Amino acid sequence: MTAYLKMDEPDRRNRLDSMAQGVIGQPLDRMEGPLKVSGTARYAHEWPVERLCHAVLVRSTIARGHVVRIDRSPVEAMDGVLAVIDDDRLLRNPAQGTAGKAPVQGPREIFYVGQPLALVVAESFEQARHAATQLRIETMATEAVLDPESESTDRERPEGKQTSQGDLDRAMAEASHSIDAVYHTPGHSSAAMEPHAAIAQWDGDDLTVHASCQMLKYNQEELADALGIDAGRVRIVSPYVGGGFGSKLGIAHDAVAAAIAARAVGRPVALALSRRQVFETTMRRSESRQRIRLAADADGLLTGLGHEALVSQLPGETFSEPVAQATHFLYAAENREIIHEIVRLNRTCAGSVRAPGEAIGMTVLETAMDELAVKAGIDPVALRKRNIPDKDPEDQRPFSSHMLDQALDRGAELFDWQRRRPEPRSTRRGEWLIGLGMSSAARVNSLMQAESRVTLGGEGVRIETDMTDIGTGTYTVLAQIAGEMLGVPMDRITTVLGDTDLPPGPGSGGSWGASSTGSAVYVACEEIRARIARKLGCRAEDLTLKDGHAITGNRSTALGELIGDAPISVRGVVEPGGTSKKVRQSTYGAFFAEVAVNDVTAEVRVRRMLGVFAAGRILNAKTARSQCLGGMTFGIGMALTEELIHDPRDGSIVNRDLAEYHLPVNADVPQLEVELLEERDPWASPIQAKGIGELGISGAAACINNAVFNACGVRVRSYPVTLDKILAEL
Amino acid sequence: MRPFDYVRPSGMPEATREASRAGSAFIAGGTNLLDLMKLEVMAPDRLVDINRLDMGECSATPAGGLRIGALVTNSDLAADEHVRRDYPLLSRALLAGASGQLRNKATTGGNLLQRTRCYYFYDTSAPCNKREPGSGCSAIGGATRLHAILGASEHCIATHPSDMAVAMQALDAAVEIENVEGQTRSVPLSDFYRLPGDTPQVETVLGSGDLITAVVLPAPVKGSQIYRKVRDRASYAFALVSVAAVVGVEDGTIGSVALAFGGVAPRPWRDHEAERILAGERPSDELFARFADEILREARGQGGNDFKIPLLRRTLIATLQSATDESR
Ligand SMILES: Cc1cc2nc3c(=O)[nH]c(=O)nc-3n(C[C@H](O)[C@H](O)[C@H](O)COP(=O)(O)OP(=O)(O)OC[C@H]3O[C@@H](n4cnc5c(N)ncnc54)[C@H](O)[C@@H]3O)c2cc1C
Ligand code: SF4
Repeated sequence: MTAYLKMDEPDRRNRLDSMAQGVIGQPLDRMEGPLKVSGTARYAHEWPVERLCHAVLVRSTIARGHVVRIDRSPVEAMDGVLAVIDDDRLLRNPAQGTAGKAPVQGPREIFYVGQPLALVVAESFEQARHAATQLRIETMATEAVLDPESESTDRERPEGKQTSQGDLDRAMAEASHSIDAVYHTPGHSSAAMEPHAAIAQWDGDDLTVHASCQMLKYNQEELADALGIDAGRVRIVSPYVGGGFGSKLGIAHDAVAAAIAARAVGRPVALALSRRQVFETTMRRSESRQRIRLAADADGLLTGLGHEALVSQLPGETFSEPVAQATHFLYAAENREIIHEIVRLNRTCAGSVRAPGEAIGMTVLETAMDELAVKAGIDPVALRKRNIPDKDPEDQRPFSSHMLDQALDRGAELFDWQRRRPEPRSTRRGEWLIGLGMSSAARVNSLMQAESRVTLGGEGVRIETDMTDIGTGTYTVLAQIAGEMLGVPMDRITTVLGDTDLPPGPGSGGSWGASSTGSAVYVACEEIRARIARKLGCRAEDLTLKDGHAITGNRSTALGELIGDAPISVRGVVEPGGTSKKVRQSTYGAFFAEVAVNDVTAEVRVRRMLGVFAAGRILNAKTARSQCLGGMTFGIGMALTEELIHDPRDGSIVNRDLAEYHLPVNADVPQLEVELLEERDPWASPIQAKGIGELGISGAAACINNAVFNACGVRVRSYPVTLDKILAEL
Repeated sequence: MRPFDYVRPSGMPEATREASRAGSAFIAGGTNLLDLMKLEVMAPDRLVDINRLDMGECSATPAGGLRIGALVTNSDLAADEHVRRDYPLLSRALLAGASGQLRNKATTGGNLLQRTRCYYFYDTSAPCNKREPGSGCSAIGGATRLHAILGASEHCIATHPSDMAVAMQALDAAVEIENVEGQTRSVPLSDFYRLPGDTPQVETVLGSGDLITAVVLPAPVKGSQIYRKVRDRASYAFALVSVAAVVGVEDGTIGSVALAFGGVAPRPWRDHEAERILAGERPSDELFARFADEILREARGQGGNDFKIPLLRRTLIATLQSATDESR
């Protein structure tokens, strides 16, 4: 039996609020937490499989060209080597999120340094790794495009991403205060803790892959398409994912190569990327050049807003970092110009990394807003508040809900913002200059088609979907929704995830996981409630479900009794509809930071940081908060340390390990405070929840950079704000 | 990793003898060597595991100094009472390096001999004179944030990454070495490392089979000791610039002075000549600036590391200021 909802109308019933179990929103621990901390949660590369052999990828050392010859026989003769493979179906780069089909394939044409050109399969991992270093691949190099800002390279302007409204030049000319500045952000790597890995096994023509993937429904189709087989023959199992951050949205080299190799040697094959391969073969965030123009009247009201972004991508890929995604609607300004340009480059494929678009676009826009505040002599919080539009400034749609104003106020209050001294270099502690900064947060929200099966049996509830839990709390949050709706205690709920044999969902990405799949669970539970009500002969609205009992009037019946040995199983389906079009949906928030800048060395330390967020209904206050903490930590990394360094001569990533790609470490992260605002967004989903995963990074880096300016008076327009950039003007 | 043999001698003559066979390498904590072996940047045919040798103790010397066994771990050395009392600079330098887990494994001998972190040294597809003599230097013209401003050559611009060695350099340490004939010699740390010149693959004066058995510190000199490390993140990053200082002020003038610099040169950098500018003088900003000028006289940036010149200048002046603070 299927229950179906198309989200055409807002749902203002707030049904979850009228339930009795009292678990929704509670800060419950993650159900799978003990498995993870005790090392018993099984990750992709850890499945015990008999007769397993190992494969290691071999990389290109040139940026552009083709393979002339592979000298395979010396390697084939090495100890333990089973095969050297350069199958035409090997991927050039991973699939983009929600592609549902194979990306560019073929290991003979070379597009970037690090591109996998072949793999070596051997009995042991060590044999395969050594043999891989010995494989000689003769290549012919041709000229590569390596400079993302070269004037001589063609730039594309994709339709639908450009806005031109009014006359920005004129607004700039007539403005009382204006900013026209160019900013840079570097490439980033997701750098998830668990490297991309897969174990592939064939049973006749049926393939099972244990892999580390974020979006199984799409990954199944991508893998099948890459291999040239029917999707029905492919099963992907991915119950635990050690972080993804976008890098595991699309099927990647590991799964495809392992499947090809397993077929070739007639045995199960494991393939894990090394850390260096993770850096150079999985998705990077594109570097960007961004020009911001802001025109304001004497009171700081924006009259003009321009955001021009230049990002890079490999030839033939449709994705490009949607830099100005939030600029389209964040601030009112009559005259607008948003330009999005792409340059085709021979660097590792660009893809979704932690809030693609807003992470860098909001960061730059919010840096420019701070510059405007300084120039106009207006408090940065007040400047933002003044420019909040009452409808989408470009397409005039109403907002589904809008909490930026509240977030700014609440943040300013909690952070004691009024104590900030606007003049740079006004607060000093010994060598350290102290400053405060803030920025707005915004991230677009979306609902995706999702399915879940919910079964209420005598023993409790079982939830099944191919949705993944990439460390975000999906297991727990889905159980809380079902527990609330069906009045069943948490310890009697089982969530089964991460298997393409289960009902398909949109996976984890775009922050839509919990609200989309959670809505599918909700829809199924509504139907189960209706059935129980029917059994009891009452209206669903008059039914109270609590602690495993159904209560109507003064009658209480144990659910187990009511169901007997005929469990109720419902497949819930939710589909986006009119609400995705009629209104502009976004989450909002505000960041505040206090930093110290060393007046001698220009080292920057974040002393405290606050994020205030509104993301609709909070399903679990603890996992939601953890998402925000993670986002803000990435914000610190983006602000101060993270950067892919490309060699100017071949575009290769030189700092491709965790010693030199500087993610923030504990000592870089001070006490972080997160405040979640109470909100229900009726347009977002039937559970009034929105995505929260990426909001915590969308603009976060700017508050730190703005605080650096307030501390020492140096404005850095190129992220990350490393000490050399400050030192130059200190 | 390439297949290799493994031996674990229990006594001294055996260890140096084993190591003197071609293609052999000692392994102590393994925190650097194993990483390099996995990437096949280093590919010894045999590993001589020295962890069973009796070199794990610190002991007082008759001269009032400290003899640190080559196998004393970085964690133990940093926590050693004697070190914390008499050579706090060393303790701080150690704790500013790597991470807790690494320091638990890393040894004194291994730390001195850790290889450069030059990106291209780690990339076996890139030319590198240190890894493959005569192949060229990829760092020149490439990414040079980590690279040297002093002591480099046109053949190699790599830095020595150790923090510990910088502190030891300022403390006038000597390295005790035992050779395959069973003879022991002592080499001042100032003479232990070789500048790259046209043989960047030769990093020290060690010969085949030579084993570091200890590092010996002379009796502590009076004065303030400071280790200041500047890096790209608050912890777990190599020094962009570091300054180790031992400065004694008596009657308003600088008496003893020793300054060593890390992150800027192929070896812990020390300039005895320049130190004479400071000795016997009254501490002043003008004096420190003159000293800095002298230290940086031949400094040369490579583009990506140009900032190290002003950074070292500022850091060393600030370090001298705080070392002489009370007397000014
Ligand atoms: C991620 C990371 C970050 C780090 N950060 C820092 C940092 O910030 N600052 C810092 O100073 N260091 C840092 N380190 C380096 C660390 O200090 C060294 O790896 C460690 O000190 C090496 O000691 P080991 O005993 O493990 O050496 P091994 O790896 O065992 O050996 C290193 C070399 O020394 C030789 N060797 C060892 N002992 C002897 C001996 N007694 N006689 C002769 N030869 C010998 C070996 O043959 C080998 O060539 C970092 C390392 C890592 C991996
Ligand atoms: S600087 Fe030295 S270690 Fe680095 S590439 Fe050049 S020769 Fe090799």
